[in-house]
Amino acid sequence: MSILVNKDTKVIVQGFTGKEGTFHAQQCMDYGTQIVGGVTPNKGGMTHLGKPVFNTVEEAVKATGATVSMIFVPPAFVADAVMEAADAGIELAVIITEGAPVRDMMYAKHYATKKGMKTIGPNCPGIITAEECKIGIMPGNIFKKGNVGLISKSGTLTYEASNQVVKEGLGITTAVGIGGDPIIGLSYKELLPMFEEDDETEAIVMIGEIGGDLEIQAAKLIKEKITKPVIAFIAGQTAPKGKRMGHAGAIVSGSKGTAQEKMEALREAGVYVVESPADIGVTVAKALKERKNK
Amino acid sequence: MNIHEYQAKEIFRKYGVPTPRGGVAFSGPEARRVAEELGGNLWVVKAQIHAGGRGKAGGVKLARSLDEVEKIAEEMLGMKLVTHQTGPEGKIVKKVYVEEGADIKAEYYLGMVLDRALEMPVMMASTEGGMEIEEVAEKSPEKIIKVAIDPTIGFQPFHARKLAFGLGLGKDEQKEFIKFANALYNVYMDNDAELIEINPLIKTGEGKFLALDAKMSFDDNALYRHPDIADMRDLDEEEPTEIEAKKYGLSYIKLDGNVGCMVNGAGLAMATMDIIKHEGGEPANFLDVGGGANPDTVAKGFEIILSDPNVKSIFVNIFGGIVRCDRVANGILEATKKVEVNVPVIVRLDGTNAKEAAEILKNANIKNIIPAKDLKDGAKKAVAAAKGEL
Repeated sequence: MSILVNKDTKVIVQGFTGKEGTFHAQQCMDYGTQIVGGVTPNKGGMTHLGKPVFNTVEEAVKATGATVSMIFVPPAFVADAVMEAADAGIELAVIITEGAPVRDMMYAKHYATKKGMKTIGPNCPGIITAEECKIGIMPGNIFKKGNVGLISKSGTLTYEASNQVVKEGLGITTAVGIGGDPIIGLSYKELLPMFEEDDETEAIVMIGEIGGDLEIQAAKLIKEKITKPVIAFIAGQTAPKGKRMGHAGAIVSGSKGTAQEKMEALREAGVYVVESPADIGVTVAKALKERKNK
Repeated sequence: MNIHEYQAKEIFRKYGVPTPRGGVAFSGPEARRVAEELGGNLWVVKAQIHAGGRGKAGGVKLARSLDEVEKIAEEMLGMKLVTHQTGPEGKIVKKVYVEEGADIKAEYYLGMVLDRALEMPVMMASTEGGMEIEEVAEKSPEKIIKVAIDPTIGFQPFHARKLAFGLGLGKDEQKEFIKFANALYNVYMDNDAELIEINPLIKTGEGKFLALDAKMSFDDNALYRHPDIADMRDLDEEEPTEIEAKKYGLSYIKLDGNVGCMVNGAGLAMATMDIIKHEGGEPANFLDVGGGANPDTVAKGFEIILSDPNVKSIFVNIFGGIVRCDRVANGILEATKKVEVNVPVIVRLDGTNAKEAAEILKNANIKNIIPAKDLKDGAKKAVAAAKGEL
């Protein structure tokens, strides 16, 4: 078991024939991901990396039965690509591209939600179910199979956390890089319950950052609904206060988004909050041991 | 990206958001000329810096004669303004905005920002105009009225009415306010704004609304489609080393400590600062070299970190994923040939091919390159080196 994706998941790549799309699609295929084709407008009919290229997502879905799309198109075209995927009945879009305008993502996310399509990202490393299916740009070899679920706003910290977990002799069920943009797809509040329901997952690592209040919302949810141990690290405890023009954003969310505030809320919800990023792995091991002894 | 008040007001006027008339000046005599052209007998001279809280810091002053306009402008230009948003180092005033005086009957606050949780823009209003809105939010949050605007239906009169009733506006004033708020929504959406704040928004003796102040910032990711706004960028308001770093695809923020940091990925870079502090040191900077970490970016990174004389050691913390550690190790060695690095460099490379990387560094046998076995070990060594204890 795992969440969202596994060895049977059929994936298409939007922006398949571009430099990034080509490189990472190949890496995903090498990992074992079922990449069944790709979409690049005006290149329909071609074969790329041994897979068919289509002009539209609709054609690609019809021909391949793909349910997931990995999106690599340039920032200015991301919203269009997401909405095309939603329109074609894709169930999950994994948006890797960095630098998409916030306003575009606002419209794209609204439309995806309306069409019932889940999204991950943008500006994220993607999702990986260890030793089964990698949809993204993460180094696959770091994710060994195990019983720890991982949710992270940051790319390299996801790798760092997974590496530490593996060094403890443990492993990962599924790791999801949710990205840190102002508008993102699946977040802690959707993913935590998925891990809670997943039989194989026994502990959940959650990596947060300063800014926004997603971690505060997550703390509320953990307190009410999550029974599995959660281990959290919040990056940016020492970040200086931003020399911003104003703090209207913080006023809207009703919190200032500091690491201290988030750590406090998580601790209050019974989460194992790690102060040093070097202690993620050992704390996971400790939490699992404590759970066993209960 | 942030812009100045005078630039925000230019945009406002284009969209029919009323503002007082004014002009920007770089010298006393120029300020006088602007005031003369505006006419009247009351002017306001306002320091143009990218920070709020100017009034309290002496950056906004009334003038009742042309001589006074000139004198105030001359005093203000070159002055160091320290507000609660500039940090203790303050900001040097390089231009002033001279504006006609206004007949103020009431002051309000009006702002717009993205609500991340609702995933739509929110317009906020308050009767506590002129006060710090952060303070209002803390002491009397009920005095802030918010409406979320679903972008798929756009700004509707009911949104504005909700705000107008909340502000206690009369029937005739409501009409004016709805027009004002609608225009402001268009400014926000059309220009990919991140934040707009008008504090204060004033009602004049004639019952008209005017944006007496204007703060605006924009989504950097969308600047490519607004070349006119991108041109408004004022490099004087940014750190020169941060601008230089950006040219090479590096993201650098200078801090006050003495342990330099070079890291790939923003999250890991923040976590590296955290662990340095955790181990008893003080980070000298935030530096994200991005995914590449090739010899050129690493060399530039060293150069930028070492431009800060406080730096006593450097912690290179790279998690090699797709970019393998052995390649990064070679990049670091090459970079040390390009830039003279005269402080201890603690290198922690983990991830793909970490063992090969450790071999490369060991065999190179360079005196001030010290390998670390993991994150904690690296942070400890970097902190010790900065204290001269390694």
